[in-house]
Amino acid sequence: MSKLVLRNISRVFGEFTAVKDFNLTLQEGELVSLLGPSGCGKTTTLRMIAGFMTPTEGTIELDGQVISSPGSSLPPEKRQMSMIFQSYAIWPNMTVAENVGFGLKVRKVKEEESRRRVNEILEVVQLGALRDRYPAELSGGQQQRVALARSIVVKPAVLLLDEPLSNLDANLREEMRFEIRRLHDEFRITTVYVTHDQAEAMVTSDRIAVMNKGRVEQVDVPYALYGRPQTRFVAGFIGRTNFVEGKLNGETVHFDGFSVSKQALNVEGAGLPADVLVSIRPQSIHLLRQKSGDSDRCCAQGSVQHRSYLGEYWDYHIALPGAAQPLRVTARPQEVFQLNEAVWIEIDTAQLTVIR
Amino acid sequence: MNEEALTAGAPRRKAAVARPAGGPGFGRWWRHLDKSAWVWLLAIIVLVLLVVNPLLRLLIVSFQQPDGTFTLANYAAAYSRSRYVDALGNSLVLGVSAASLCLVFGVPLAWALSRTDMPGKGLVWVSILGTFVIPPYLGAVGWILLAGPNAGWLNRLAVELTGMDSGPFNIYSMPGLVFVIACYSFPYVFVFTKSALDLVSSEMEDAANILGSGNLRTTLSITLPLALPAILAAFILVFLEAIALFGSPALLALPGRFQVVTTQLWQFFEFPPKVGVAAAYAMPLLCITIFLFWLQRRLIHRKGYASLTGKGGERRPIPLGRWKWPLLGYCLFVCMLSFFMPMVVICQAALAKAWGRGFTLDNLTLNNLYFTLFENTLTRNATLNTFMYAGAAALFAVTLALCVAYIVNRELVSRKVGNILSFLTMAPFVIPGIVLAIGFYAAYTRPPLLLYGTAWILILAYTTRFLPIAYANSNAAIRSINPELEDAVRILGGTRFTAIRRVVAPLLKRSLAGAFILVFIPATRELSSAIFLYSINTQVLSVLLFDKSDEGNFEMLAAIGLILVFITVVFILIGFRLMGRDFMLRRAAA
Ligand SMILES: Nc1ncnc2c1ncn2[C@@H]1O[C@H](COP(=O)(O)OP(=O)(O)OP(=O)(O)O)[C@@H](O)[C@H]1O
Ligand SMILES: [Mg+2]
Repeated sequence: MSKLVLRNISRVFGEFTAVKDFNLTLQEGELVSLLGPSGCGKTTTLRMIAGFMTPTEGTIELDGQVISSPGSSLPPEKRQMSMIFQSYAIWPNMTVAENVGFGLKVRKVKEEESRRRVNEILEVVQLGALRDRYPAELSGGQQQRVALARSIVVKPAVLLLDEPLSNLDANLREEMRFEIRRLHDEFRITTVYVTHDQAEAMVTSDRIAVMNKGRVEQVDVPYALYGRPQTRFVAGFIGRTNFVEGKLNGETVHFDGFSVSKQALNVEGAGLPADVLVSIRPQSIHLLRQKSGDSDRCCAQGSVQHRSYLGEYWDYHIALPGAAQPLRVTARPQEVFQLNEAVWIEIDTAQLTVIR
Repeated sequence: MNEEALTAGAPRRKAAVARPAGGPGFGRWWRHLDKSAWVWLLAIIVLVLLVVNPLLRLLIVSFQQPDGTFTLANYAAAYSRSRYVDALGNSLVLGVSAASLCLVFGVPLAWALSRTDMPGKGLVWVSILGTFVIPPYLGAVGWILLAGPNAGWLNRLAVELTGMDSGPFNIYSMPGLVFVIACYSFPYVFVFTKSALDLVSSEMEDAANILGSGNLRTTLSITLPLALPAILAAFILVFLEAIALFGSPALLALPGRFQVVTTQLWQFFEFPPKVGVAAAYAMPLLCITIFLFWLQRRLIHRKGYASLTGKGGERRPIPLGRWKWPLLGYCLFVCMLSFFMPMVVICQAALAKAWGRGFTLDNLTLNNLYFTLFENTLTRNATLNTFMYAGAAALFAVTLALCVAYIVNRELVSRKVGNILSFLTMAPFVIPGIVLAIGFYAAYTRPPLLLYGTAWILILAYTTRFLPIAYANSNAAIRSINPELEDAVRILGGTRFTAIRRVVAPLLKRSLAGAFILVFIPATRELSSAIFLYSINTQVLSVLLFDKSDEGNFEMLAAIGLILVFITVVFILIGFRLMGRDFMLRRAAA
């Protein structure tokens, strides 16, 4: 059953609309990320879910009960949720163990059981040895784990995380991504995870809601977001891509420098408009010295305009005759082409995505 | 385009069924209600009772006859007699002269300590701090002992040395009053000027020096003008302090047979109290004060000067050469007048069998102190009362200020209401204590809120009077706390109060204790509001000291004064321990 439902949520500050018509449904045990650029309304949405802020329109339901609506909202302390803040908000006047045990104390869990659960969770996040330290004596990553332990130990109905990794250095951040996913797999807490880091969202989430200017652009599993972006914003925001414009003419779509058959674009339903916008991932283009015999694939000839070697891959810019923009192509390290060398490109049409 | 949007149609219909379970109506309203709202509401009501009601009452009473009908007779009575109008004039003269004399005392000292290589800075600094510690009216007592006609030490010395018939000094006069007030108000000028001078970088002075200007000329034409807004602001502050003061004028002007506004107000309260007339008579004092504070704020916030003095830059002391000794001499002279001489004669009196018999060993006794503290029920009770009232007032002021600061900073009310709340909390800063007391008298001497005659009226008046100090400190304290620390408590199931009790309060312990002390100290020595609101059973030390002054028992006056000074010193030391050396300055800035 749906655990958490956000229905047409909007939030207005004065004249400014921070969140507009936001819809999202979380299943029990699901981890959904809110991903978007700075200022797109992620924190605002999260704070409405937590009950720190009342939506100006729409409702939020938890287990079928309305907990937020424009008129009234259940105070945060009654929502059985927990949250990890961007600043971690570890209480500096309490030890690690006191911080972690606080939620249990407020919930009047028996002393003994509380101690057992605190110890258990501290082991899980590998902080057992530091239980009597004060937060000022912890590193950023350790504080992060305290925050995690503190919010998981109460077995919340919903766990909310607001950019929990943004204050950590790059290595630690990568490590903690997996840690968060591991904890989620272990405890299966319904989770909303806010981040502006695409890789972080990809690693941790079951589904990702991409936000832009207060609206949801697309909600999907990470694979589909990358492979089948539905809007130009999503295609551009998740990974790198080439946008190419084409014209539909009978059964063929003509782009600058190459053309693709209508079926190859593989659109269900209504069919194509006259002007077509397509996203081509750099990985779905292959570079060849000779034209391949496989006529199924779409081919065109161009030349290497620019190249950079990034160790793990080559980044080529291929100029096509008649095209204003070069196509960016990612190639394996051993696929070496010289500048201005003539190359054939082959596009895997299965990976083309029509943007509307 | 959006998967959620596509599927949203179906659940929406389902929810229409689900919603009544959540239940509009009372149950849900009650569950959704944030119960802490009542406390914030209460705080707002208290604030209105403490600040708005007395001022409103003051205004109403000034237009009322005793039976409650509208009249202008109070104003006619207040301004018809030339005596009364003269008192207004005297206050203005007093304010301007005392403030000017404060500049003469304060500015050179500030410059010497801030910009020069004068020796003995530590000693001067300590004595200025000491001047802060002496309640102004105690300084007046000291100067009565020093320069009272005939019996005063300085007069006796002059007679001894010159063989004149009588000494030249008479402290019971306008010049005497101006002088005494300046002795205890110049520290404000000192603090304001010094902090402004501390911000002027040596580079600006160097620039002038390179152009061929000498040190003295540079100081007069560059350094001081840069500090001018601060000096002006201090001038205004001291002027206001001088015209609002009650203790020193009552001790010096009444025997000198002249009146100022505050003493005149007090006389309107002699039996039977003419509250309406007093209220009408207090209006100019209130209006001048409010206007000048407004002016002072504008001076301080003037942009041009702020940006000039805002940058630190390097600061080097100006070498004084042979001029350092005369300058030190002047500084010590001022400190002698304001601190050492009065303190010496007060200590002598407090420890003497009879102060007139002089500084001999056989005149020494601890009886005065012992008697005051333990044997005399009147003074013993007054000491206890002083502690209790000041403690209670400090507690209330800090609690209320903390509530308001919390409400405003966490935006529990709309921004507009928040602004009104902080305005109200800061408002008592511009109300002279004596005017506030008349307002309290007018508001709380009759049912339904009959507080007159109880300790409550004193405690609440103190609370109100020093609320701004508490607020300035609480506000800074609350701002230093990341709201997410509280949010973290709430999302884990704690209420706002749990958050305040378990997180905010422990983190703010020190600054709140500091705020407590900053209210407690002035509350122990407050006279101008207490004098209107005390009754036989609720005497405090300051009132007692004033009451005893016409009995001529200076040994006891001095003993009471010493006790007050002692209390102050102890708490200032605690404050230093808690908050570091600049903590007294925060009070001046509050
Ligand atoms: N209390 C407020 N009053 C007015 N505007 C606000 C308030 N809170 C947020 N906003 C505005 O709403 C917009 C969205 O803010 P929000 O904090 O939700 O962004 P975000 O997506 O979390 O960004 P970031 O990634 O930088 O944290 C911003 O433009 C912000 O200025
Ligand atoms: Mg944010």
